[in-house]
Amino acid sequence: MGSTDVNRRDLIKRAAAAGLVAAPAMGVLSACASGGGAGQEKVEKAEKTDRNPLGVNKSAPLEVVIFNGGYGEQYALDAEKVYERDYGRVKHSATQKIRTKMQPRMVKGNPPDVINNSGGENMDIASLIEDDQVADLGPLLDAPSLDDPTRKVRDTLMPGTIEKGRFGGEEMYQLNYSYTVYGTWYSKTALERLDVEYPKTWDEMLAVCAKAKKQGLAGWTYAGKYPYYLTFAMYPFIAKIGGREVIRAIDNLEPDAWRHESVKKAFEAYHELQAKGYVLKGTPGIDHIQSQTQWNKGRALFIPNGSWVENEAKETTPADFEMAVAPPTGLDSSDAMPFGTIWAEASEPFMVPAKARNVPGGMEFLRIMLGKESAQNFTRLVSALSCVKGATEGLELRPGLASAMKVLEEAGDNVVTPRIHDWYLQLHKERIGGAMAAMMAGDITPNEAVERCQRATDETREDDSIRKYKHT
Amino acid sequence: MANDVRAADRDTAVPTPRGRAETPPGRGLLLAAALVLPPRLTPAGVKNDRRYRSIDKYRFVCWFLSVPLLVYGIFVISPFLQAFYYSLTDWSGYSSRFGFVGLDNYSRMLDDSDFWASIRHSVLLLVVAPVVTLGLGLFFAFMLQAGGRRRRGEAFSGVRGAKFYKIVYFFPQVLSVAIVGVVWGAMFDPITGPINEVLRSVGLGSLARNWLANPDIALLCVLFVLCWMFVGFYVVLFSAAMGSVPGEIHEAALLDGAGRSTTFFRVTLPLVWDTVHTGWIYMGIQALDAFAIVHIMTINQGGPGNSTLVTPVYLYKKAFDVGQAGYATAVGVVLLVVTMVFAAVMMLFGRRERIEY
Repeated sequence: MGSTDVNRRDLIKRAAAAGLVAAPAMGVLSACASGGGAGQEKVEKAEKTDRNPLGVNKSAPLEVVIFNGGYGEQYALDAEKVYERDYGRVKHSATQKIRTKMQPRMVKGNPPDVINNSGGENMDIASLIEDDQVADLGPLLDAPSLDDPTRKVRDTLMPGTIEKGRFGGEEMYQLNYSYTVYGTWYSKTALERLDVEYPKTWDEMLAVCAKAKKQGLAGWTYAGKYPYYLTFAMYPFIAKIGGREVIRAIDNLEPDAWRHESVKKAFEAYHELQAKGYVLKGTPGIDHIQSQTQWNKGRALFIPNGSWVENEAKETTPADFEMAVAPPTGLDSSDAMPFGTIWAEASEPFMVPAKARNVPGGMEFLRIMLGKESAQNFTRLVSALSCVKGATEGLELRPGLASAMKVLEEAGDNVVTPRIHDWYLQLHKERIGGAMAAMMAGDITPNEAVERCQRATDETREDDSIRKYKHT
Repeated sequence: MANDVRAADRDTAVPTPRGRAETPPGRGLLLAAALVLPPRLTPAGVKNDRRYRSIDKYRFVCWFLSVPLLVYGIFVISPFLQAFYYSLTDWSGYSSRFGFVGLDNYSRMLDDSDFWASIRHSVLLLVVAPVVTLGLGLFFAFMLQAGGRRRRGEAFSGVRGAKFYKIVYFFPQVLSVAIVGVVWGAMFDPITGPINEVLRSVGLGSLARNWLANPDIALLCVLFVLCWMFVGFYVVLFSAAMGSVPGEIHEAALLDGAGRSTTFFRVTLPLVWDTVHTGWIYMGIQALDAFAIVHIMTINQGGPGNSTLVTPVYLYKKAFDVGQAGYATAVGVVLLVVTMVFAAVMMLFGRRERIEY
């Protein structure tokens, strides 16, 4: 028996061969990444009473996951304390990475009871709805509101809140807790220094920018790195020129939506800003923070943005800045909608997963959040409007927020709510935003930009892998 | 498992035609059983079989390796296989429900212009980044080894402060890739970025660019950052390889009157070719990735337009932004194939005779 010793090289060679053969056999043994999904035990429901209209089990625990972003988590912690007064313990966690943390739990079927599905890392709600992962919030809407049992929750919400939570049907899946006013943001002080009024027509806008240029200031800047920021002023501008139906057509991915005259006019107007050198040099390459900083420093007068900017830019905003928002400047007197038309909508989405253990508890938590106490607390803490009607009464508001509130009141019914950005996120952010960015960088003409947007829209419409929605 | 090893064995064991002819039926089974039986319980008939020797030889090793192999199989191999399976489904990634769609995802890929753009950019990086990085790495390493003035008694000596340079070059490797992305994003910033500041302050303001916002040069910026990140690693790697080349060889080259460049191309490079070859494959794989840099640094994560979109970023977007995990997995499978093809090509064409010294 001379050969029982194993030569090392031989061994390695053969082990490799054996490994190759053995490996596929292993594949069969392993568990699946998409396994599970059986769901977890639901907690027992309780009797529905006047004090407890959703029938929440008093002793069942509740798990809440909050996106710890611009709004922080304190407002939710405060609402949880209110919940704990009447019901079970709340397990609270806050993260910036909603998707990374929550997606595996959705797949496994053991999600928390409330998810604040927000931030750059949020989960695609449309896909979740498609997979029956989200509870319909109908019972919450029909429940009596916290402060006034004679009014249903649905009657206490700001206009468009329920709309925004719908995805192609009557069911509301998502509650957007905050309320955002988009528009052209400026500094009252800066305009006073220039001795100009906020421009109401495009000719006035060009005159203001020309005056600023003489002083060595730019008229405009925007978040070039995330060019969809341009749409915050552009979409309502288009609606103002051509009417709501143009935005509807864009949302519905219609074959000629972007070729509408008003879109072209709007693009040409903005392109003129670029052609005449009224846009801050370097803008196409800067991110939102940088653009806000330049604007705070007074290097540019106007910036398209949303009402979160006051909170986000508070570090760089000078004390005498007098931040304000205005509806988009119109084109001329032939516009379809009056000056004052704005884009405002509910934002900051919350959802209750369908497979959560304590679905009624999750809805009850949202009902508490929609009470006046919590809504005011939210506005106080994070300087943003909430989706609860009249919740800002008697609150001391910071200048930007006060101006947003005023603009919202003045707009009355002239509020447009484009849906393209939550129905077709990629189209809005990358393709439309990209076309506008290229135009504003002077790479393409307005006509080419229109064609690009239309082409992107057509491709999205033809793409079977994307779920389609329609305005009802 | 046992069977597989035996199959692998049979190919390599010395065939014994005579022995095989005498084998009664069922002997094969017994032999297989011998793999799991302790020697004391093995039937004598089997023990006397010629093939039992090799079984005896490998039995211990196989048992010894079975646990690590099992772990490796479950955690490394099986996800690969699962990926193939998921690429044939319409899984959204958001629930455990999905349907089998066959090769639909792959046929969709064929006329997906964004996908092709991403492949183009990835392949461009794959071809160019290693050439630039390894070229610079070799140049710097050679300079550190042989670029200095000759001191007495030495055929070659490095530049003064070679050790310090090595540390400086290596520095980007120590930084997390996310930090590199953020830092270079700030460097390229058109308004406050140091690059434009420097250009303006030396009177070259006309050269100041919107680096990352210009679709014609954005990908070049990504390429530059990729190379900047890895050059230091290769400088250190090649320095080590060159350092292990015996001094006599360089002395001989010097005596024969070879200049620095001749020495490099005729002597040094052939001697460190093995290292270059390995480095090439590694850098190629790094260039195919480029995910973090593009994702963090560029406009709209792959823009402007899709001018810096690379395949891993496209995969990420499909998987997480639009909930098409099945399609994304198919893209991943294609990426795997591209990587494998690249590695195979390099293995086949980059090999040279090893020079022993």
